[in-house]
Amino acid sequence: MSSLPTQARRHRVHVDGWRIFAAIFTGLFGLLCLYPFLLVISGSFTPKEEAIRNGFRLIPGSWTTAAYQALFINGRSIVNGYKVTVFVTVVGTAVSLLVNSMMGWVVSRKVMPGRKFWNFYILFTMLFSGGMVPWYIVCVNILHLKNTIFALLLPSMVSAWNIFLLRNYFSSVPEEMYESARIDGAQDFRIFISIYLPLSKPVLATVTLFTALGYWNDWWLGLMLMDNADMYPLQLLLRNIISNIQFLQTMESNPQIQQMMATIPGDGVKMALVILTTGPILLLYPFLQRYFVKGIMVGAVKG
Amino acid sequence: MQKQDNPPKRHRFGQTLSQHWQMLLMAIPAIVLLFLFAYMPMFGTVIAFKRYKVKQGIFGSKWMDPIFRNFEILFRPGSQALVAIRNTLLLNLMFIVVGTVFAVFLALMFNELQRQHYKRIVQSLSFLPYFISTVVVGIFVQALLGYENGTINALISSAGGNKINFYANPNMWPTILLMTNIWKGAGYSSVVYLAAITGIDATYYEAARIDGATRWGEIRYITLPLLTPTVIVMTLLAIGKIMNADFGFFYNVTGDNPNLYPTTDVLDTFIYRTLRKTGDMGISSAVGLFQSTCSLILVLISNFAARRIDEGSALF
Repeated sequence: MSSLPTQARRHRVHVDGWRIFAAIFTGLFGLLCLYPFLLVISGSFTPKEEAIRNGFRLIPGSWTTAAYQALFINGRSIVNGYKVTVFVTVVGTAVSLLVNSMMGWVVSRKVMPGRKFWNFYILFTMLFSGGMVPWYIVCVNILHLKNTIFALLLPSMVSAWNIFLLRNYFSSVPEEMYESARIDGAQDFRIFISIYLPLSKPVLATVTLFTALGYWNDWWLGLMLMDNADMYPLQLLLRNIISNIQFLQTMESNPQIQQMMATIPGDGVKMALVILTTGPILLLYPFLQRYFVKGIMVGAVKG
Repeated sequence: MQKQDNPPKRHRFGQTLSQHWQMLLMAIPAIVLLFLFAYMPMFGTVIAFKRYKVKQGIFGSKWMDPIFRNFEILFRPGSQALVAIRNTLLLNLMFIVVGTVFAVFLALMFNELQRQHYKRIVQSLSFLPYFISTVVVGIFVQALLGYENGTINALISSAGGNKINFYANPNMWPTILLMTNIWKGAGYSSVVYLAAITGIDATYYEAARIDGATRWGEIRYITLPLLTPTVIVMTLLAIGKIMNADFGFFYNVTGDNPNLYPTTDVLDTFIYRTLRKTGDMGISSAVGLFQSTCSLILVLISNFAARRIDEGSALF
């Protein structure tokens, strides 16, 4: 029936039960993945009394922006969080991309002395790790990163996985390209910047996406190495507000806190903050997700 | 000619240095950062055998007496570390088995979809959870399961039933964690399997159709057998990481709730707690060293096995 070459695999276009089942199943799974996002959006607008009476629903009976107002009364920490996260994401991603791609390019060069050793040097960090405790001691007592912005940037800057991904891509560029540029008198860094990087846009886009996502979503480095609340990244702020609310709920015998809790819709504040911290990802998602699929494919092929 | 290709080694190195000094310079940032954040902690694992004092530093601190003391404390019968090891293995095993079956099934279903628009939309939706931080996942789970105004309890009480206090009942958590894990990762994992399915030679299906195979028959006798190597390799690679739990996932989804430790405390959360709450560097680094060593052995074995099945798909 369908003899078009592009449709060669999509034989038998007629509808059968199996196909209907597939459409329903995937549709339901897709909705399930979307549902919590919708719930949190509507939850952030649900008034406290209604949340207690009916729980959070997809379409609340009445709407309020009290949760967002409560957040902006305390707005300084949110604005600070945004500043920290945006700075860390932009600077961290840019530097990380440069460092990883330079290393990936160097170990893809046949003239590099000790290439095998350096490949192993990178690989071994994927196989064995010293663990959390020695890592913590190195960061705090030896490098003195605690409470500095570097704590949020440096520890996750180099990724063995990304170096290999980039190396494999650079290796697929014909070696003659490099040799002829050398003969023309170009230096290595110049060749890397003006020949190899422009040729590698797809893999660079993928690595950029994953690195930026990692920095944006990171709360772990903050949890371990940041005590200064003014420098909390957004996700850590979100985590802390959760535990503070839990803390407030356990202390409801205190009349002053009781009064506070009456004006602030506890779960609603969390949800509003989820929207504020995850919003940028959700807004960019439609544009980013095609790189994402490509990225998984590149990563799946080989490390 | 021969002579030109293989000049004396020292000469060649000097030449490389003068011609390719930029190349060496370009490698330095990554080499230094890997040394600081990966290799220095590796040397630091000696503190598992020491009584660590901040002032004396990693190498100045005194050795434990006997030297395996920290490990002995750790593996005493009934210790929390043993619970954490058991939980890590069982939960990860469950994630691997059920997660793989679900991801393969999801990929098969995606492959059945004929309308490209619909396929693209549902597939995009299925990755959405992969993009968010585990902190947010924890909040989602709480919005669903919370005692006061979680969606499920609201439904139960509006139907006149008794509310369930999920956060006080550790027995339910392996299932909750499994479902959350699948929700977060299935869309992502299915991409690899979908790619493998798409890569299957179309002529197999044509031949099968000429022989009068049903759609199910095609899946059963062509797709699944040809997908098996990919499934085995992916599973092997996952087994290599079975001792490593995703700290953020467990820490945030359970809300680090002590009620739930019996079934949800894994090695990574245990190490974190020992480090930050009790501050016992010796014990927590002993657990860490035990975990890393097991992981190294497992990764080597699983990679060796994966390479025997498919040369190109192993990690190294």
